[in-house]
Amino acid sequence: MAYSFPEEVLEHVFSFIHTDKDRNAISLVCKSWYEVERWSRRRIFIGNCYAVSPGIVIRRFPELRSVALKGKPHFADFNLVPDGWGGNVYPWIAAMAMAYPMLEELRLKRMVVTDESLELISRSFKNFKVLVLSSCEGFSTDGLAAIAANCSGRFSEESRISSFDLLSFATFFLSNQTKRYNRFELKPACEVDIGSPISLIPDFAHHWCPSTFPAWPPRCPSLRTLRLNRAVPLDRLPNLLRRAPQLVELGTGAYSAEHRPEVFSSLAGAFSNCKELKSLSGFWDVVPDYLPAVYPACSGITSLNLSYATIQSPDLIKLVTQCQNLQRLWVLDYIEDSGLDALAASCKDLQELRVFPSEPYDMEGNVALTEQGLVSVSEGCPKLHSVLYFCRQMTNAALVSIAKNRPNMTRFRLCIIEPRTRDYQTLEPLDVGFGAIVEHCKELHRLSLSGLLTDRVFEYIGTHAKKLEMLSVAFAGDGDLGLHHVLSGCKSLRKLEIRDCPFGDKALLANAAKLETMRSLWMSSCSVSFGACKLLGQKMPRLNVEVMDERGRPDSRPESCSVEKLYIYRSVAGPRSDMPRFVWTMKTPS
Amino acid sequence: MDSGLSSLGGGSGGGGCGGGSSTNESVTTVSKVEVVEQMSTEASSYPGEAELELGLGLSLGTGGGGGGGLVKPKQPSSAWGEYGRILTAKDFPSVLSNASSTAPRFSNSSAGPVSGTKRAADSAVSQEVGSATAASQVVGWPPIRAYRMNSLVNQAKALAAEDDKADSENDKFKDTLKKKPYTGSNKNNSTVKEKGHLGFVKVNMDGLPIGRKVDLDAHACYGTLAQTLEDMFFRHNTTMPPIRSDVEKGQSTNPSKLLDGSSEFVLTYEDKEGDWMLVGDVPWGMFLSTVKRLRIMRTSEANGLAPRFQERSERQRSKPI
Repeated sequence: MAYSFPEEVLEHVFSFIHTDKDRNAISLVCKSWYEVERWSRRRIFIGNCYAVSPGIVIRRFPELRSVALKGKPHFADFNLVPDGWGGNVYPWIAAMAMAYPMLEELRLKRMVVTDESLELISRSFKNFKVLVLSSCEGFSTDGLAAIAANCSGRFSEESRISSFDLLSFATFFLSNQTKRYNRFELKPACEVDIGSPISLIPDFAHHWCPSTFPAWPPRCPSLRTLRLNRAVPLDRLPNLLRRAPQLVELGTGAYSAEHRPEVFSSLAGAFSNCKELKSLSGFWDVVPDYLPAVYPACSGITSLNLSYATIQSPDLIKLVTQCQNLQRLWVLDYIEDSGLDALAASCKDLQELRVFPSEPYDMEGNVALTEQGLVSVSEGCPKLHSVLYFCRQMTNAALVSIAKNRPNMTRFRLCIIEPRTRDYQTLEPLDVGFGAIVEHCKELHRLSLSGLLTDRVFEYIGTHAKKLEMLSVAFAGDGDLGLHHVLSGCKSLRKLEIRDCPFGDKALLANAAKLETMRSLWMSSCSVSFGACKLLGQKMPRLNVEVMDERGRPDSRPESCSVEKLYIYRSVAGPRSDMPRFVWTMKTPS
Repeated sequence: MDSGLSSLGGGSGGGGCGGGSSTNESVTTVSKVEVVEQMSTEASSYPGEAELELGLGLSLGTGGGGGGGLVKPKQPSSAWGEYGRILTAKDFPSVLSNASSTAPRFSNSSAGPVSGTKRAADSAVSQEVGSATAASQVVGWPPIRAYRMNSLVNQAKALAAEDDKADSENDKFKDTLKKKPYTGSNKNNSTVKEKGHLGFVKVNMDGLPIGRKVDLDAHACYGTLAQTLEDMFFRHNTTMPPIRSDVEKGQSTNPSKLLDGSSEFVLTYEDKEGDWMLVGDVPWGMFLSTVKRLRIMRTSEANGLAPRFQERSERQRSKPI
C-alpha cells in the first residue's frame, strides 16, 4: 500500500523551504507535491516581467503575499533602451488587486510605475507593508501622496522608495500622519533608500510652524534608516542625530558648512552617541574639515558610500583608515592608488569595493588611480569578493595577480574607460588577464569585460567560467566564434548583454537552444541580421525575439541588414502586446 | 512579410560597414576572400543562406568597427567591390599588429561610436579633440547610471550656487508641492557633459604626468585660485587643509608664490585662441571667459614667452570689457 503524507504535513514541511530554487525543485517531484507547493508559496521573484503573464502567475500561485518584478533590460540604466519600450506594471497591479487582496509586499525594479498604479496599490491591498521601487520611473508626487495617505501607518521598516524626489512625499506622509495622530511622530520607520541622490527630508522646521509642533524634531524611536536630502544643511544634522541615536543607516545631506568649532563639536558629539550606526552615505559637497566629526562612529561602520564625495585622497585615506570593520566601500577615483594601499592595510574585512570615475568623459585622466590600486586591495583584503572598478589602464599581469590573490572573487566588473584599450606595458589584448580571472575564480557569477579583447578571452570564459550567471561585453571579440564559446561553454549563464561587438548570426543560430535556458540576451550594435532574427523567432516558439530599430521597419531593408538592437528572452506568455512602434517581435508561424 | 526584399548583392551590408581608410589593401583582399570561402562551405538549405553567408563574411571581417547597427542609408547597390575596400587593416586587430594602441582605431571607425541612436544626445560636441572624443561620443559608455552622472555635474554647480541655497530652499519646497513628474533616468543628458565642465579646468604641472582639475566657479579672484593650486600641487601631503572660509573670503595672508614670480614655477593658462598667457594679467571675469586650461610652468620656460604675454595683455586691456 502506498504510503503518503497527508497534505497538511507536507504543507508544514514546505513552510521551512524558502528559496525559489528549492521550491521549484519540490514542485517537480510529483503532482501532489506540485499542488501543495503552489498553494503554500507566499513569495515569488519574476526576473523578467514579460517571461510570464499575470494570469499565469495567479493561476498557479493563488496565495502570494510578496511579489518581486523586474522590467527593462539592465542596459536601460545606460540609456540604451529607448523611452516607451515597456515594462509597465499596471497590468500586474490590476490583476493582483483582484487576486491578491492580502498582498503585503511589492518590489519593482526598472519598471514604469504610473500614478494610477500607485493609487491602485494604495486602494487595493489592505495589508500592504513594503514597497520598494528601484530605478523605476513614471510616477509623480501625486502617486506617492496616495500611498502615503492610504498606506501610512502600515509601512514596515523595510519599505523603500528610491530613485525619485521624496521631498514632497515626506510632506504628505508626515502631514497625513498628523491627521491621525495628535502628536507628531514619524512612525513607522519609513526608510528611504537611496541608490539615488535624492531622499527623504524631514525638514520640519521649514515647513511646519513650531507652535503647532512644539516637539521638533519629533522623536523617532523606531527609525533605523534616514537619508537626507542634499538640501539639508550640515548644522541640522547634530539635532537629528540626537533625536534618533538608534540609527543604523545614515545618509547625510550637504556635508559642508563654514568652519565653526561649535558646530563641529556638536556634530562629533552627536556621532559618538550613535552607537548602532553601521552605514554612512551622502557626503554631498563635502568639506574635509568636517570629516573628523564622523570618526567617533567609524569603528562600527561596515558600509561607507563616498561615491559622491569629491574630496582628495589624503582626506579619504584619513576617513577610511578609521573604519577598521569596513565591509563595503563605494568611492570616487579620487582615492587613488595611495588610498587603496591604505585601504588594503587597514580594512581587512573588506568584501566589496566600487571605485567610480570622477571624470568619466575625460580621456586623459585626472587622478593617479591605476591597476596597481586594485592589485593592492586584492592582496591585502582576503575577503574581497565583489569589485566594480573604473580605471584608464590595465595590464594582463595585474589581472593575473588579482585572480591569484582572490580566488574567492564572485563579482568582477572592470571598466577601462577607453574602449579597446590594450595592456599598456605589452600592448597585447587583455585576453590572458581575464582568462586568469575566470580560471582561478571558480565561484565567479558576474563578470564585466573591457579593454581590447579577442575571441581568445571568450574561449577562456567558455572553458572555465562554469558558474558564471551574468556576463557583460562591450567592444570586444573578433567574430562569431567568440559568442559561440560563451553560449556553448557557460553552463550557468542566465543573462548575457553585448554591445558593439562583431558577433553575427552563426553563433546565435547554432546555439538557439541555449537561449531557452537563459533569462535573456541583449545585443546592440552587433552584426546580427534581420533574417537571422526572423529565423530564430520562427524556430523557437518559447523565445520572444524582439528587434528594436528606430530607423523604421526592419523589413524595409534587406534581410542581411543588421538590426540595431536585439532582445531575446524566454517566455511562456508568448509575444507581448504592448510594444512601441520601434520594437518588432519575430513571430512563430501559427 | 519577407517576400519582395531586394537581393543582398551589394546592398546594405550585413556587417558593420566600418569606415576608415584602407591602408593595406592587398592583405585585406586576401583575408576577405578566405573568410568568404570558409563561409560558403557551410551553406545550408535555408533559401537565402548563401547570400546570408556572404553577409556573414562581411560581418566577420569588420572586427574593429563593431558598428553593426548603423547602416549608411545610401549604399550603392553594386558596391560589392567597395566592401572589399572597407575591410581594412584595422578590421583585423588580431591578425595585424597595430602598434598605435588605443584610440585611433576606434575614433576613425566612424560607424562604431555613432552606432544606433544617439539616445542622450552625446552628440554634444566634445571640447577635447582627437582621441579624447572617442568614449565621450558613445551612447551609454562608460556604463554609469544617469543619476550618478547628473549628481556629479550638479555637485559642481552646487558648489557655485551654495550662497543662493538658503534663500531658495523655501521656494524649492513650494515648487515640489505641486505635481512633479519624475522621469527616471534624466534624459536631459544633452548638456550634462558641457555643464559639467563649465567650472572645472584641467591643470597640469611640468614634470607631473597626471593632471588635476580645479573648479574655477569656486573662486572669485586669482589669489584663492593660486592658493588652491599650490595646496594641490605643492602641499599635497599636508595633514591639515587650510580653513576654507578664509580662503574663499580671499583673506589668505600669504600672497601666492605662483603669482608673484618668486617660486620656480609660474601659473599660465591657455586661452581660447590657443595662446599661453601668464595668469593674473587680465580681470578675473575676462580670465574666466577665455581660459581653457591651466599649466604650472617652469619659470625658465615661461620667461621666453614673457614679451608675448605683455603684448597680448596690452591688447586685451585695451578691449572694452
